[in-house]
Amino acid sequence: MKQYLLPVFVSILILFFWQTIVTIFHIEQWILPAPVQILNSFWQSRSLIFYHLIPTIIEAIIGLIGAVFISIFIAVLMERFTTMRKIIYPFLILSQTIPFIILAPLLTLWFGFGILPKIIIVILVCFFPIVINLFDGFHGVDPAVLRLMTSMGANQRQIFKWVKLPASLPSFFSGLRIAAAYSILGAVVSEWTGADRGLGILLIRSTKSYLTDRVFAVIGIITILSMIAVLLVEMIARISIPWHYYKLKKIS
Amino acid sequence: MKSQSKLKINNLSLSFEEEIIKNISLEVNQEEIISIIGPSGCGKSTLFNIISGILRQNKGVIKIDGIEEKKRQGKFGYMFQEPLLFSWLKVLENVMLGYEIKGFKKEQAKLKAQDLLKKFNLFEYANFYPDSLSGGMKQKVALLRTIAFNSSILLLDEPFGSLDAITRSSLHLYLLEIWKKLKLTVIFTTHDIREAIFLSDRVYILSKKPATIIDCLKINLPRPRKTEDITSKKFVELEKKLISLL
Repeated sequence: MKQYLLPVFVSILILFFWQTIVTIFHIEQWILPAPVQILNSFWQSRSLIFYHLIPTIIEAIIGLIGAVFISIFIAVLMERFTTMRKIIYPFLILSQTIPFIILAPLLTLWFGFGILPKIIIVILVCFFPIVINLFDGFHGVDPAVLRLMTSMGANQRQIFKWVKLPASLPSFFSGLRIAAAYSILGAVVSEWTGADRGLGILLIRSTKSYLTDRVFAVIGIITILSMIAVLLVEMIARISIPWHYYKLKKIS
Repeated sequence: MKSQSKLKINNLSLSFEEEIIKNISLEVNQEEIISIIGPSGCGKSTLFNIISGILRQNKGVIKIDGIEEKKRQGKFGYMFQEPLLFSWLKVLENVMLGYEIKGFKKEQAKLKAQDLLKKFNLFEYANFYPDSLSGGMKQKVALLRTIAFNSSILLLDEPFGSLDAITRSSLHLYLLEIWKKLKLTVIFTTHDIREAIFLSDRVYILSKKPATIIDCLKINLPRPRKTEDITSKKFVELEKKLISLL
């Protein structure tokens, strides 16, 4: 707990500084609202924010879960079949040169203004870090362990089940952590091209109405959501791979 | 002890671009401990990789219990210098794995692993993760896992090489205790002269690359052996002899 004391203190200091600057220099509200005012705006529009929060969370969660399944499928396919690896890998790398957000208008055209195009965007944004990390995990297994398994006469399937799968869990979770942070971002931005509910659309509307304090409030909520997503993944990781944290504790 | 050849190797050779193993012949009897000593990088591990069936020899025959075996994977308990324990499994589960790969059902493997841990004083660590154990403890667990998998012939590749001297000598006694109770046949490699003499019935001396057998020294020290024995006159004589041969 002690390690968080300093960053928390610094954050409070920055907020205080911000508040003071805005008050002293009489900065216009629509340019930079003070922290207290942002909090106030958040409180006043809390039911509105909550109304728009729900779809964004749903899109992010469904998209992230979808990305996990697709990533596991692709990574296992690449691991088990060399030909698949040769075919898929270049496309995988190439896919990262497409900023998926630009596909949002196209997806809206195809699937309408509903939730589906947003989920697809979240999947597209999230799958890459998971696939790459999981695949690296499969390949990062100590060759001596593989030699040991071979000497015991284990076949590829057994090696996969007993060694590669459990050994790759820590890197799977590092990928998932990054993907979790992207998932909220992906959901918010995908709403920009058209939606009737969602934090993304609330953000756009607030901007257009020069409600800068509410824009800040929504930004704050999005940040907190992303942090919660990452923390949740971290918690799941701590429960499912306790041995990994043992190792980390020993190193540090 | 009736001498029956458990493992017999005839004229084993292996070369890739250069010759690595050259005409190695050796024999291990039932319930015997033999060591193969030689300079680092001389090809001891390669020799074990061939014996265990990971690598294929160019020439030579390997017989187990008098029968030539061409597919040898799974026929030995092969242990490496690093413990190679699975950090995601607890000690008990690591030992269970040895039985499970051999084909035992999970519940049966669990009972057998618990038995083995109890028999050799590791039961209190059954629920520890490997990363919370010391180097010596890890190697003990690895030894038990190896035995769980296959105890007919153990191939130990510098099993104590990375341990400090005190831990090492306690592991020597541990190995000897297991060997006595389970009547194992053991082949191990080392570059430590004292270790070779202390543990073995016979010591094979290997040359630099290409590895070939220079000599075989019989260690006629009485058993059971104790740590103090290394200061005995007979031990020191054997040590001198071995040094002169190396």
